[in-house]
Amino acid sequence: MFGFPILSTLIWLPIIGGLFVLFIGRDKPSLAKWLSLAITVVTFVVSIPLWTNFDTTTASMQFVEKTPWISHFNIMYHLGVDGLSMPLVLLTTFTQVLVIASAWDIIKERVEQFMGAFLIMGGIMVGVFVALDSILFYVFWEALLIPMFIVIGKWGGKDRVFATMKFFIYTFLGSVFMLVSFIYLYFQSGSFSILGFQSMHIGMTAQILIFLAFLAAFAVKVPMFPVHTWLPDAHVQAPTAGSVVLAAIMLKMGGYGFVRFSLPITPDAAMTLDWLVIGLSLVAIFYIGIVALVQSDMKKLVAYSSISHMGFVTLGMFLAYDIIQNTGGIQGASLGMEGAMIQMISHGFISGAMFLMIGVLYDRMHTREISAYGGVVNKMPWFGFFAVLFAMANAGLPGTSGFVGEFMVILASFKANVWYGIVAASTLVIGAAYTLWLIKRVYFGPVSNENVAKLEDLNAREFAIMGTLAVAIVLVGVFPAPIIDVMHTSVANLLVQATTSKL
Amino acid sequence: MALKFILTLILLSPLFGAVAAGLFGRRIGRRGAHTITIFGVAVSTLLSAYVFYLFVLEGRSPFNDSLYTWLVSDGIKFELGFMIDSLSATMMLVVTFVSLMVHIYTVGYMDHDDDYGPNNPYYQRFFSYISLFTFSMLSLVMANNFLQLFFGWEAVGLVSYLLIGFYMKRESAIQANLKAFLVNRVGDFGFILGIAVVVMYFNTLDYNEFFAGLAAHKNTMITIIPGVEWSMITVLAIMLFIGAMGKSAQMPLHVWLPESMEGPTPISALIHAATMVTAGIFMVARLSPAYEMSEAALSFIMIIGALTAFMMGLLGIIQDDIKRVVAYSTLSQLGYMTAALGASAYAAGMFHVLTHAFFKALLFLAAGSVILAMHHIQDIRQMGGLKKYMPITYWSMLIGSLALIGFPGFSGFFSKDSILLAVSESDTYGASFAMVLLLIAVFVTAFYSFRMFFLVFHGKESEYVKAHEIKESPGVVTWPLIALSIPALMMGWPLIGPILSGTYFADAIQVTGEHDVLGRIYEGQYHGAFNMVIHSLTTLPVILALSGVFLAWLLYIKKPEIPGKIKKACPRGFYVLDNAFGFDRLNEIVFVDGMRKLGSFFTNSIDIKMIDTGMVRNTFMSVAHSAAALKTAQTGYLYHYAFVMIFGLLAMLAWVLW
Repeated sequence: MFGFPILSTLIWLPIIGGLFVLFIGRDKPSLAKWLSLAITVVTFVVSIPLWTNFDTTTASMQFVEKTPWISHFNIMYHLGVDGLSMPLVLLTTFTQVLVIASAWDIIKERVEQFMGAFLIMGGIMVGVFVALDSILFYVFWEALLIPMFIVIGKWGGKDRVFATMKFFIYTFLGSVFMLVSFIYLYFQSGSFSILGFQSMHIGMTAQILIFLAFLAAFAVKVPMFPVHTWLPDAHVQAPTAGSVVLAAIMLKMGGYGFVRFSLPITPDAAMTLDWLVIGLSLVAIFYIGIVALVQSDMKKLVAYSSISHMGFVTLGMFLAYDIIQNTGGIQGASLGMEGAMIQMISHGFISGAMFLMIGVLYDRMHTREISAYGGVVNKMPWFGFFAVLFAMANAGLPGTSGFVGEFMVILASFKANVWYGIVAASTLVIGAAYTLWLIKRVYFGPVSNENVAKLEDLNAREFAIMGTLAVAIVLVGVFPAPIIDVMHTSVANLLVQATTSKL
Repeated sequence: MALKFILTLILLSPLFGAVAAGLFGRRIGRRGAHTITIFGVAVSTLLSAYVFYLFVLEGRSPFNDSLYTWLVSDGIKFELGFMIDSLSATMMLVVTFVSLMVHIYTVGYMDHDDDYGPNNPYYQRFFSYISLFTFSMLSLVMANNFLQLFFGWEAVGLVSYLLIGFYMKRESAIQANLKAFLVNRVGDFGFILGIAVVVMYFNTLDYNEFFAGLAAHKNTMITIIPGVEWSMITVLAIMLFIGAMGKSAQMPLHVWLPESMEGPTPISALIHAATMVTAGIFMVARLSPAYEMSEAALSFIMIIGALTAFMMGLLGIIQDDIKRVVAYSTLSQLGYMTAALGASAYAAGMFHVLTHAFFKALLFLAAGSVILAMHHIQDIRQMGGLKKYMPITYWSMLIGSLALIGFPGFSGFFSKDSILLAVSESDTYGASFAMVLLLIAVFVTAFYSFRMFFLVFHGKESEYVKAHEIKESPGVVTWPLIALSIPALMMGWPLIGPILSGTYFADAIQVTGEHDVLGRIYEGQYHGAFNMVIHSLTTLPVILALSGVFLAWLLYIKKPEIPGKIKKACPRGFYVLDNAFGFDRLNEIVFVDGMRKLGSFFTNSIDIKMIDTGMVRNTFMSVAHSAAALKTAQTGYLYHYAFVMIFGLLAMLAWVLW
């Protein structure tokens, strides 16, 4: 099995397949759809051995592929996964199948282009998570913008041009600083290897600058306050499938960046500036939660909720330093880190599910205004069942995946500082408030108007998508150990790196 | 091994029924749904009775084992497992038994419902929910660790949410369930922080390891507000108790319980009277070793409890909805239980949980039977003289009411009297203040209970009663009433001795020597249950209760014109009571409106004006103006760029790999 280049397959099968769909699928929408579905399913199946054959005893990279790419600059085609990236790769390949299925009957124009764009995106996203050469990483990171830009720009809503511009400028600007850092690090170390960056000594000033540059790139992606305002706009304009990819996977690239770059490469700067990340995370949890409460557009509401939940990711990742300072030991830091990691996976499922639900309603009613709905459950009982389940997961109910990460991060953040814990725990009230208030206004009550009265319940395809996500959410909620177990060694290693001075 | 299997079966068989009835409701039909759920709960009940026999009657030593490991992180094991001793075994039996009664009763109660069409599987859904509740509550009481406790804690909250909003077309119902969930979440906010304190200082979630570590932390201090140090155990105890205040509806987090009556009556009996609302009391009793170490927490608990008992009782007087009267009496009785905890009389508090579970479920189900007979009219002013039409309901309501007011010999008498004795004996700060409130509440309880009783069953028949045919409810409704009447009537007699002496709960509840008020009462004043009854006839609580009944009789049977006059004479008092002391208004203004205003401010002023317009647009507009190219970057062109980029990538790769 190890001779087979799994990671390359996961990247290039969808990309080449996507191009193939583009060319042969013209005017043959049905062929394009089935071919795309087949490609995503095969990709997902190919990704499963990453988990089943994963060696949980080592923190070093696995399934490695390494070939010189641009020898002149010592740039490598270097791929590999560890316990931090492997679950994200699987999340990506899993989500891709659902995304293709979700667009099945919805996209009627230029189906092959839509499908092709998503397949290409899928390959690129895997590339981001598995690249071990910073230039390769950067290429994937930026390349992703293009298909996403096209998807929103072409199949998006009324103000799509504005939204795509905002999205593009924000993310692009952030990542330019990252590129500059990579080049600096290259000059210092002589290679673009990420693992090489992680083992080199860097002066404090340089560390601070690099840390801030990385922060600019990753904070935009997560997104963190105050560079979050592109996300609600992008979501509102994006087609459902675009929102799902955006929320479920693209945001995770920011979180992943922190654990792959910021913490191991610039640990001393991270220690000095952890207050900044923690502060912004707490703002996300509390402030953004309150903002979500008053949104009148469902998609905006879920977008803000998404930002608020990502606050737990960034909070959990940066707790180590305060825990050491507060308790004198490292105990609790990996609780926060693993909580952050599993929160990313869970958020992938839940935010994906929430956006798919809005998509189901939008396809039928062509509006996202909450006030246009009311009493939907009377006409769509199965849909109502899933809606309440996903809403409860979003509100962090135990037994769903939404609880696992939040619980772990709250416990860990309390160790770091009582007040972090208090602010983080406020999500119990705020998160439940905006989510269940949405549910109340959209789903419960009497049928509010004749458009709602005409609604029909989920069809088999939609049911299958919702059902799959529901099973995933409950499974992770009831038995998260398998996911946490693959992370242990890598998280422990990461924390050693993050707490060892590189000066 | 075998025992673990039995316990797992007790836990999972209601879940199985819930899933079957919930997901396959249409396929298995109504009969299938109620058969399968009743069977599931019946299995749980029988096996719980066996477990009760083992751990309470035979006095087997506690069973503690984990079921599976949820996850391990940072050396902390997050597990699910069972801790079974006399405390949890008792709760298991109560939960499953009352649940079984409610399941059977529901067959008659939910038979036809105007809110739903004939093909709507609401009936199956309802059975699914109450079975799911039974599962959740069992997982809460059987837990051997904080994780599972919290899981059950939130799961019962979920089911409560679903059931309060069961009539989901009614605005009032879906408003009430949202409120219930959010208020409970405010409690859980404290609760989860309490768990965070446990993890921080004890590095475990397991009860036994937590108890074992307590002694070492006797003097540990924690700083929350800089410069102020508090005892860590006090903080922990109060944080966890805030969770209990939500679930067990203690002031000021009680506001959700009266509105929870929007749900169908059977669940008001099961969830909002007998079981779920006692979860907080159970939790404090379960964690008694920790609470014993904090005088401050005990004081706080006692005062909150006494205030709740007194103030919520007052509100019971002015309610005209039959279910609301019972709801406020639940609030008030929960206050008694809480006050008992504060006096370190955990056993007495739990005793009241038990007796209350039966007599309050009885009262609710009897009220439901009345509502059924009255064709879903709940206003007691429209009733009257129902005694002759529904004798079984009448007698069961009478038994329930006498138990509630603590009439000598009834189950509620023994439990309430032991609470009162314990509080009067207690040295906890605030005990005498609490005692006064609790005594007045005895009078108030008797008054409002019999006000309702007289208005419903005695007096003149109302126009409605005269105009309609009122029938006793069917057998599936009355049999559970009879079955619940028996414990409500008699269960105090055999239990009072073991409860006071401490042999009933044995080591499941731990009280340190100087706090052991029940033990002192047992040694000093207790001379058998019969003597307790005789002796009580001359004591204040019984006199107060009887005068409450007398006053109710005087005002509502003998001279029914007086209440109207009183109302006219002091409008201000009624205004305060009518508005339930203004808690709802306060919440509405401060939290609901306040949060929305804050949200709008954040959105409009910060997100839009400051960030988007101020920081972003002004900065970038100047750049964008000059870079006109950006504007012409149409999507069509970019599509080409995408190709170029990817082809370029491919080409380079191919070139390199060649």
